[in-house]
Amino acid sequence: MTALAPAESADGTLKLATVRERHFKVPIVLAAATILLALLFLFVPRDGTSTFRFGGAGLPDAELPTAATSWILVAVLAVLALWSFVDARAYRRPALWLTIVFGVLAVFAFLVWASADGLVPVTSLLFGAVSLSVPLVFGALGGVIGERAGVVNVAIEGQLLLGAFSAALLSSLTHNPFIGLVGAMVGGVLVSFVLAAFSIKYLVDQVIVGVVLNVLVTGLTGFLYGALLVPNETLLNRPVRFDRLEIPLLSDIPIIGPVLFNQTFIVYLMYATVAIVAWALYRTRWGLRLRAVGEHPQAADTVGINVNRTRFWNVSLAGAIAGIGGAYFTLVSVPQFGKEMTAGLGFIALAAVIFGRWDPIRATLAALLFGFATNLQNLLTVLGTPIPSEFMLMLPYVVTIVAVAGFAGQIRGPAAAGKPYIKS
Amino acid sequence: MSQTTPGAEDASRGLPPEQLPPVSGPLVGDEPPPPRSNVVIKEILRGNAVTTILAIVLAMIIGGILIAFTDEDVQEAAGYFFARPGDTFAAIWSAVYGGYDALFRGAIFNYRADDFVTQIRPFTNALGFAAPLIAAGLGVALAFRVGLFNIGARGQMLIGAMFAALFTFNLELPMWIHLPLTLLFGILGGALWGGLVGLIKARTGAHEVILTIMLNYVAYYLLLWMVRTPGLLQREGTNQPISEATPETAQFPELLGPSFPQLDWGFVIVILATVLVWWVVERSSLGLRMRAVGENPHAARAAGVSVQRIYIYAMLFAGGLAGLAAMNQVQGSVTTGFTANIDAGIGFDAITVALLGRSRAWGTFVAGILFGVLKAGSFSMQAQGIPVDIVLVVQSLIVLFIAAPPLLRAVFFLPKTDQEKAAKARAKAAKKAVEA
Repeated sequence: MTALAPAESADGTLKLATVRERHFKVPIVLAAATILLALLFLFVPRDGTSTFRFGGAGLPDAELPTAATSWILVAVLAVLALWSFVDARAYRRPALWLTIVFGVLAVFAFLVWASADGLVPVTSLLFGAVSLSVPLVFGALGGVIGERAGVVNVAIEGQLLLGAFSAALLSSLTHNPFIGLVGAMVGGVLVSFVLAAFSIKYLVDQVIVGVVLNVLVTGLTGFLYGALLVPNETLLNRPVRFDRLEIPLLSDIPIIGPVLFNQTFIVYLMYATVAIVAWALYRTRWGLRLRAVGEHPQAADTVGINVNRTRFWNVSLAGAIAGIGGAYFTLVSVPQFGKEMTAGLGFIALAAVIFGRWDPIRATLAALLFGFATNLQNLLTVLGTPIPSEFMLMLPYVVTIVAVAGFAGQIRGPAAAGKPYIKS
Repeated sequence: MSQTTPGAEDASRGLPPEQLPPVSGPLVGDEPPPPRSNVVIKEILRGNAVTTILAIVLAMIIGGILIAFTDEDVQEAAGYFFARPGDTFAAIWSAVYGGYDALFRGAIFNYRADDFVTQIRPFTNALGFAAPLIAAGLGVALAFRVGLFNIGARGQMLIGAMFAALFTFNLELPMWIHLPLTLLFGILGGALWGGLVGLIKARTGAHEVILTIMLNYVAYYLLLWMVRTPGLLQREGTNQPISEATPETAQFPELLGPSFPQLDWGFVIVILATVLVWWVVERSSLGLRMRAVGENPHAARAAGVSVQRIYIYAMLFAGGLAGLAAMNQVQGSVTTGFTANIDAGIGFDAITVALLGRSRAWGTFVAGILFGVLKAGSFSMQAQGIPVDIVLVVQSLIVLFIAAPPLLRAVFFLPKTDQEKAAKARAKAAKKAVEA
């Protein structure tokens, strides 16, 4: 809707002609998803009843006839896709709620189909999804802050891994998970220091530093694990873990309560971090400066912001946040550090940053989505669906490729991300 | 979305290639400077042998510190350091010397062995380890010269192995046709997976770093699924996720006879590939266009080069070389059937190899041999109680140090370059002017 050459109207006033574009990408994606689901139900029909269990909140199990329910849902999805198509034809932007409702219903339809004559424990499915997303969310937030400040953070994987390592080490030594958590933050910051020093002071390409740092941290933690942790396992690799904290009242809410409010300290910290970062990035002086040095460092410099110092400290902050995500591995999910235990989750977090368009809330949602996909795969293995679990594990990566390739030009990252600022 | 992703390359204007200024348009004053990644290539190419050697020395020193720090004798002696400091230093010396001595004996020349064949065998092992590293490194280096960060050597290797196994493992052919056919399919698989990246980048402007990272995982899970699915790649009569063994007729024969088991004809093919890459990049007209795109895609486009097509060609080439690396694994070192981890970290090591080799064909060759030596030596270091991961640390440190020559000069108290001196003088003058 940009203004073009002005045209003169009858009464002599100038009128700006506007260019209006139709955006058909969302309807096309929705239609494709609907057709894929319909084809799946058509060629691999499953019959029986699907049972959804809502956990001990006193709710009865929902029993749905598989075939009928899934086809009704496909019909609803088709209507939604049509709706977004009509919207796009009328030059309207696709509504976010429509996409979200579509996504939820599509997953629901798929679950109904997958769980024919099986049981879907909704509460534990969602609980597992939240748990699996915790390192992703922290990693993605670290990525968002770094890239918004103009430093591409490919080293999220390394920050998570060193965070996990130092958390395990310090928690084992002090028998205090909170000190382990601080150690994880320090570990993340150390990686960030190297990243920042090389990319800001020595002007080495940030992607190269990030890639090499991942290798360095993998090697370093693997070396120290083999040389120190394995021989002294009882002393150095028995971290004291966080216990679950049940928040009174809130945890009594059906479904959501046990999923969101019966978690460990790190998860509550995650809620707080997401909220604070999302608010501060757009509403505080810190956020404004951060975004300024990432979008137009020269302009920021002109008004007196020290670009390189701002970048340095914000990349360090990003490392601390990503480090907390690493602590989740050793202080919550597994009781000890293992070699390469982050298993590429840092790269999924990077994908979440891009899929979430460099926005803290969107990136968090993307991370939750990816966590859900991973957990869904666990459930599908139990249910014995004909879809191989590997394809579910592939999903976050494929979705990111489609997002990066299909929506190129529509979403843009921070303008100065990846470029060092050289004051002239 | 080239402008939106990490390492965003169209630095100046944020334009995807299809929106570059038209060739026929008037040439106006403010020519866009070459994108940032192209400047990086120049910097990598500019470095000299001295910085490389210093980087290796410094990385080895830090590796030595790590070895000393984790050694049990050293820790024990450090307990009474103030009583007898000599003991600590002696323990440090023996730990570090023992480690690097094991590296030397395990990778270059085993002077403790009885006859010459056994003495020199470690070096042939190192060359055997180097072959896939060089091949994959060449792929990364070639893409680098075109201005592309190819992080996807891992995925390209996996798909290469997958193609070879899918199409040629169940054939019964004489060796002279089976071996090259398998090799060809491996290269083809890698090339297609790499070319996919080039195609998506050329068509949509998506950034290749993200694409290659994501495709690595897609390839991994695809192969994982295939090697655990009976009827596709899984070996008959087993539940393990492993493929059939490589047929006898498709394996590379040993180059120097059975006393040197690691070194096979794959190494000769890698040498040929190095020559080919050198010729293509430095001497052919395609290479000229590739380098032009790598130096400055805007200028290359103005000179009539189809930037998109060059991206596709480069990624096809790079993927094919990664496929060759996979074939060195499948047809050479891991012939008893492979899993989804057949790449064995080579795909990522290839990046460091290419960076250390400064993205030149023969530089990559030498760097690959160095990394092969480190890899071969790591196993004998492990026998000394030093985890193999020390090699990863040393490798990544070498690359970090050569990427930042000012840091190296500061560490070794070397004189600053004229540029640095000039910059410092300018900063001083500016400060004085402000104070005055």
